[in-house]
Amino acid sequence: MNHPPPVAAQRTLLGDAARRFARNRLALVGLAMVTILLTMAVGADQIAPYAYDAADPARALQFPSGQHWMGTDEVGRDVYSRIVHGTRISLSVGLGVMVLALLIGVPLGLLAGLSGGPVDYAIMRLVEVFTAVPALMLALLLISVFGGGLANVILALGGVAWLDSCRLLRAQLLSLRERDFVLAARTVGASGARIALRHLLPNSIAPLIVAVTIGIPVAIFAEAGLSFLGLGINDPIPSWGKMVGNALSYMRVYWHLGVFPTLAIAVTMLGFTFLGDGLRDAFDTAMNR
Amino acid sequence: MARYLFGRLAGIVIVFWIVSVVIFLLMHAIPGGPYNEDKVPLTAEAKANYLRKYGLDRPLVEQYLLYMGNVLRGDFGVPFQSPTESVAGLIARTWPVSASLGLAALLVALPAGLLLGILAAARQNSWVDYLASATATLGLTVPNFVVAVWLVLLLAVQLKWLPTGGWGEWYHYIMPVTALALAPLALTARYTRTSILEVVRSDYVRTARSKGLSDRQILLRHTLRNAMIPLLTILAPQIPNLITGTIFIESIFRVPGLGKFFVSSILGRDYPMIMALLLLVAVLWSLVYLITDLLYTLVDPRVRLEGKKS
Repeated sequence: MNHPPPVAAQRTLLGDAARRFARNRLALVGLAMVTILLTMAVGADQIAPYAYDAADPARALQFPSGQHWMGTDEVGRDVYSRIVHGTRISLSVGLGVMVLALLIGVPLGLLAGLSGGPVDYAIMRLVEVFTAVPALMLALLLISVFGGGLANVILALGGVAWLDSCRLLRAQLLSLRERDFVLAARTVGASGARIALRHLLPNSIAPLIVAVTIGIPVAIFAEAGLSFLGLGINDPIPSWGKMVGNALSYMRVYWHLGVFPTLAIAVTMLGFTFLGDGLRDAFDTAMNR
Repeated sequence: MARYLFGRLAGIVIVFWIVSVVIFLLMHAIPGGPYNEDKVPLTAEAKANYLRKYGLDRPLVEQYLLYMGNVLRGDFGVPFQSPTESVAGLIARTWPVSASLGLAALLVALPAGLLLGILAAARQNSWVDYLASATATLGLTVPNFVVAVWLVLLLAVQLKWLPTGGWGEWYHYIMPVTALALAPLALTARYTRTSILEVVRSDYVRTARSKGLSDRQILLRHTLRNAMIPLLTILAPQIPNLITGTIFIESIFRVPGLGKFFVSSILGRDYPMIMALLLLVAVLWSLVYLITDLLYTLVDPRVRLEGKKS
């Protein structure tokens, strides 16, 4: 998130939102957490003391020590290094899924919200069909069809995640269409396409940004869940969910295998949730002025 | 009313039919079948026999029509992963386990969440309020399998108060129910607090106060009743997921519920079981939404069903 420089005299939607955001302590904590996570993901090779797949059976299942801050796993890999590298997987999934969700959801939402009638009806029934099937099971089916691995996990989760942005954009367009400024634009002779592009779409962007930020932790959670079941990211690439799943049979003694990956998941979810809530509050009040 | 109900039910049937077609195509698109050599050591003849027995050697359209015909007659087939019983029997055996966990979680979450929300609203910006919102944030963001792992580490491994898992005794409920209840509890607390704070500022509460009712009477008779309405729509969508079992929770605590079949059916290409589970969830979803909408008109007479269709 880039903060636009504070502008004293001119008040814009973005400026107002940025100022509200900066006053929200929890939002700033979220921003800091997400920044740290991004840094870890980008600089994983520099930050991690060991390679994520450097197994050393002689050093298997060691408790945390000065040498291995978070201990080692059942084949002797450094847990801390795997957690740092796992950030990459989690964030790629979180961001990748949301990009895909937007690529599918925005055109369909636009189509539904702008055209109305039978097109709208058809798209909404499609959304309903997808809603009636449990997301996890649909993702599992898609992964079974296409196979595991990072790209396919993103595809499968994105194939489920577009529902929210589609529904949101449609609802937003339907309510905006009735507003006075649209009537005003129509009165001065703006064409339908111009109204859609210059008036309706820009006013729908803020809620979409918020929905995306809130969708990121959901996607990260879903990937962790799939990998926990052993169906997501393939070995030896480290995924936090898979680390938790593997830990189940060891953690009665080797607690560190359960504690650290779950903490990583929890911290990431909290960070993105704080950031998303902060953005929503900032935009909400800025728009309701 | 009757017309509305009929329209809704017809809608449900249509969604159902589309779901069944989509899922049928999708699951047959998964490479491999239930009797692949790497899974079950079978001779080519035995395999062909099995395929013929379950109609898997026929064209897809025929298989679909055959399946749907059987379903309409109440026959959901035989699960390939457990061929000695019927799909209906397997679900009847394992679903009650999952449902009892889910219902217990709801029974804990609802009163606890309400209490927390009421306390937080009554003492706005006090430590109770902060505790409530911290619980709500954690409950809503931290995934339930993470909570479950922490519970095992704390209560079973560290304090040794409970066994790490299992099923059959009352204390086996404690950890899975806690892990499952946290999210609905958090939702309930958060929405109760917000809607009470909104309703408290309304005119009729001011009227109630000015005619001399006590705070308790106002809370129970006026505030809470209206604050419950949004809660209904928030909690209802949680119910189908909760009562059909969560694979993460059930595998961590070794609960013999329905949850694991959502995954094992797909892995084993157990077509009858996949279809049955998806149709079960779809039925529950549709029913929950329909009942929520009907209840809505009961608790809030301002809502008219006909107007809600769009």
